[in-house]
Amino acid sequence: MILRVLQRLGILVVSLLASSVLVFAFMAVLPGDPARVALGVNASDEAVAQLREQFGLDRPLVVQYLDWLGGLLTFRLGNSYVSGAAIGPQVADRLQVTLWLVLTATVIATLIAIPLGVLAAVRHRKPSGLVISAISQVGVAVPAFLAGILLITVFAVQLGWLPANGWTPPVVDPGMFVKQLILPALSLGLVQGAVLTRYVRSAVLDVQQEDYLRTARAKGLSPMAAMRRHGLRNAAIPVVTVLALQLATLLVGAVVVERVFVVPGLGSLLLDAVGQRDLKMVQDVVMVIVVAVLVINVVVEVLYVVIDPRLRVGQR
Amino acid sequence: MFTRTGRIATGVALLALAVSACTAGSSTNPGSTGGSTGGSGGGSAGTITIGLVAEPASLDFTKVDGAAIPQVLLTNIYETLVKQDQDGKIVPSLATAWKVSDDKKTYTFDLTPNAKFTNGDPFTADDAVFSINRVKTDWTISLKAAMNVVADAKAVTPNQLQVTLSKPSNDWLFRMTTRIGAMMDPKGVDALATKPVGTGPYVFDTWNRGDSITLKANANYWGKQPAYSTVVLKYFKDGTALNNALLTGTINVIGTVQAPESLAQFTGNSKYQVIEGTTNGEVVLSFNNAKAPLTNLKLRQAIRTAIDHKALMDTCWAGKGTLIGSMVPPTDPWYEDRTGDFPYDQAKAKALLAESGSATPTLRLRVPNLPYAVACGQVVKSQLEQVGITVNLDQLEFPAAWLQTVFKDHDYDMSIVAHVEPRDLPAVFGNPQYYTQYNNPQLQADIAAADAGTTDEQVTDMKKAAQELSQDAAADFLFLLPNLIVADTGITGLPKNAITESFDLSALAKG
Repeated sequence: MILRVLQRLGILVVSLLASSVLVFAFMAVLPGDPARVALGVNASDEAVAQLREQFGLDRPLVVQYLDWLGGLLTFRLGNSYVSGAAIGPQVADRLQVTLWLVLTATVIATLIAIPLGVLAAVRHRKPSGLVISAISQVGVAVPAFLAGILLITVFAVQLGWLPANGWTPPVVDPGMFVKQLILPALSLGLVQGAVLTRYVRSAVLDVQQEDYLRTARAKGLSPMAAMRRHGLRNAAIPVVTVLALQLATLLVGAVVVERVFVVPGLGSLLLDAVGQRDLKMVQDVVMVIVVAVLVINVVVEVLYVVIDPRLRVGQR
Repeated sequence: MFTRTGRIATGVALLALAVSACTAGSSTNPGSTGGSTGGSGGGSAGTITIGLVAEPASLDFTKVDGAAIPQVLLTNIYETLVKQDQDGKIVPSLATAWKVSDDKKTYTFDLTPNAKFTNGDPFTADDAVFSINRVKTDWTISLKAAMNVVADAKAVTPNQLQVTLSKPSNDWLFRMTTRIGAMMDPKGVDALATKPVGTGPYVFDTWNRGDSITLKANANYWGKQPAYSTVVLKYFKDGTALNNALLTGTINVIGTVQAPESLAQFTGNSKYQVIEGTTNGEVVLSFNNAKAPLTNLKLRQAIRTAIDHKALMDTCWAGKGTLIGSMVPPTDPWYEDRTGDFPYDQAKAKALLAESGSATPTLRLRVPNLPYAVACGQVVKSQLEQVGITVNLDQLEFPAAWLQTVFKDHDYDMSIVAHVEPRDLPAVFGNPQYYTQYNNPQLQADIAAADAGTTDEQVTDMKKAAQELSQDAAADFLFLLPNLIVADTGITGLPKNAITESFDLSALAKG
C-alpha cells in the first residue's frame, strides 16, 4: 500500500517536472520580446535592453528556468512583466471565477446526462430513446461558444430575461451573480451534458447485458428500478473517467465562453498574458492548470475505489 | 439508496464550500482599494457605465506604456496645466493663462488658486515643479523624452510657475496636454499603480481586474461638479459582447465601436444615439523606405495611384472615416486635404510602374492580425494586383510577432498600421531609425523649423512637411479612423472626437 502511494507520488513529481520543462521551453521559443511588448512601439533599444536585464531575460535559459522553478517550489509566483503586479493573487482571483463556471457547468451536465443517458439506454429501441440519442448527437456537434451566442441572442437580446454578459462576485451581489452565471454555465453545461449523455448511454447499455441485471429483473423489479438498484454504480466508472477528463478540459476550454460572456476567468487571463508576452504569468497559469489536472486524476482514482468496493480488495 | 444520495449531497456541499472559501479571500471585492480621502459627492444623475475595449495593465503611466491608462486617468483623475479641446486647440486647465517670452524659451503659467488634490493637499506651483522634474528623474516610458527640452522649472509665487526651455519648442507645450503633463502631489506618488491622486473631477474608487474600473465624483473638485456620482468603465475584449451589453442595458455607452458594420443595429432606434467624430488614428500603408524595391520613388507613387481609397474605406471600414492623403488629421492646425496628390488612376499607375523599371514587382505585405489591418490588407492586395503588382500577404500576431518582425527587424516591404499617437508625423517619418526607415533631410529640417518657430511658422512648416511626405510617397495614407460612440439617448457631454489621450468624462450629463 505504502509502495503504491510512493509510486503515485513519484509519478506526480516526474510529471510536474517534465511539464515545467515543456512549458518553459515553449515560452522560450515563442517569437516576440516581452520587454519590447511591455514598453510599446516608441521605446528605444536601450530602454528595451535595460528592461530585459531587469526581467532577468539576459541570463542563460537554464538559469532562468531554475530561478522560476525555485520560485514555484517556494510558492513565490513572482510579478507580472507587464503590470509589475504580483501574479499569485491574480491567479487566485481568476481561478475562483473559472471554478464557479466550470463546477456549475459540470453539475448541469451531470443533471442532464445521467437521467437522459439512462433513459436513452433503457429505451434504446423505442422512439423516446432514439430522440434523446439524436438530440445528444446534435449537442456534441455544437461548440460551446456557438451555444453561448445563441443563448445570448434569445434570452438576453430578444427576451431580455438575463444579462448578456458580465461577472459579479457572489459576495457583492448574489442575485446578480446567479443571473450572470446562468447563461455561460448553460452553454458549457449543455454541450458537455450532450457528450456525457452518450457515454452514460453506452455505459448503461453495457451494464444491461450483464447477468445480474437480468436476475434483478427476474426477481420482479421494473427495468428502471433494476437499473437504479444494481446498474448505475457499475456504469459509473467509465462515466466518472469521462467527467474528470471533461473537467480538466473545461478549466482551459472555458476560455472561449469566458470571452463571449466577458467573464474574467483563468482562460482569459492566460490568453491576455500570451498576447502581451507576459511569459512569467503564462508559465505560472499553465503550471496551475497542470497541477489541477494531475490532482483531478488522483481524485478520480480515489473515486474508483469509493464507487467499486471490488477494487479495494487487492489493497487490503 | 439513502446513504448514496447523502454521500453525493455531501460532495456537492463540500465543493460549494471550497469555492466560497476562495471567494472570501478574493481581492476583487469593491471597497478594498479606495484611492483617496476626498470622498464622493455631487452627481444627482447616479451611475453611468461605459464600455471600453483595452483594460489598463497598471494605473502607473509613469512606468507602464499603453493608451488604456491615460484613457482612464488623464483629465478625469490627473489634470494638466493646459489641455486640448475637442477642436484640437490648446486651452487652459490648471493654468488659467500663460505667456511665452520673446525668445520663445520661457513659459510663465498662472495657476488656479482653487485646485486641491484628492488627499486634501492644495495644488501649488511647487507641485507643478515637482511633477515636471519627476518626469525626467523617475519616469521610464519612452514618452518622457518630450520633457528633455526643459532646462529649469521654478515656482515664482505659489500660483505662478516659470519653465525655461533649452531651445524654443512648440511641441513641448502640446506634450504638456498629454500624460507627461499630469500634475501630481509629492505626497501622492507612493502607490501610483494602485492609488492615483490628482486634482481632477473624479477620484479613483475600485478596480476589478479583468472587468471594470470605478470612479466616483470628487466632492471637492475646484471646477464644475460632475453630473454623475459614479462612472464605471467596463472592459470588453469582444466587440459583439460590447454591443450586446448596450442592447441589454448592462452598459449605457459604447466608448469605441469595434466593428463599424455593427452600427446598423443601433441607427434608427430611438433608444440610442450614434456619435461620429474623428481620431488621430491614421491607417498607414507603410513602406520600408530603406530597402529595395521600395527605395524606388516611381514604384511608391504607382502604389499610391493604384489604390482607390474611397472603395477601400467602404469595403474594410463600412465607409466610416476620413480620407486624408497625408499624416495629418483634420483636428491639427496644419491640416490640408492632400487626397488630390495621387488620384486613383489604374492606367497612370501602370505607366508609373513601367517608369520604375519593373512592371511586375513582387512585394510582401505583412500586417498585424488586427481587424482593420486584416480587412484593409485584402483590399490593398487585390487593388495592387489589378495593376500588375504581386502582393504576398501575411498576418503577424500583434503585438509581439509584429513588433519583432516588422518594427525591430524591418523584415517587410509594406505593412498596415493605425498610428494613433497625436501629432506623430515627426515620430514616424522624421526619425530614419524608425521602422519606416524614411530618411529625408528636407523633411527633418521642416520639422525642426516648425518646432522652433512662432505658432504661425509652425503651421506653415508642418504643412510643408505633410506635403513633402505625401508627394515623396513615403507611405500611403489609407484613411483616418473614425471615432464611433453609441449611447443611450439623453446622455450628453460625450467626447465626440478621440484626439486626446483621455476619455474625457468631465462634461458627462443626463440631458
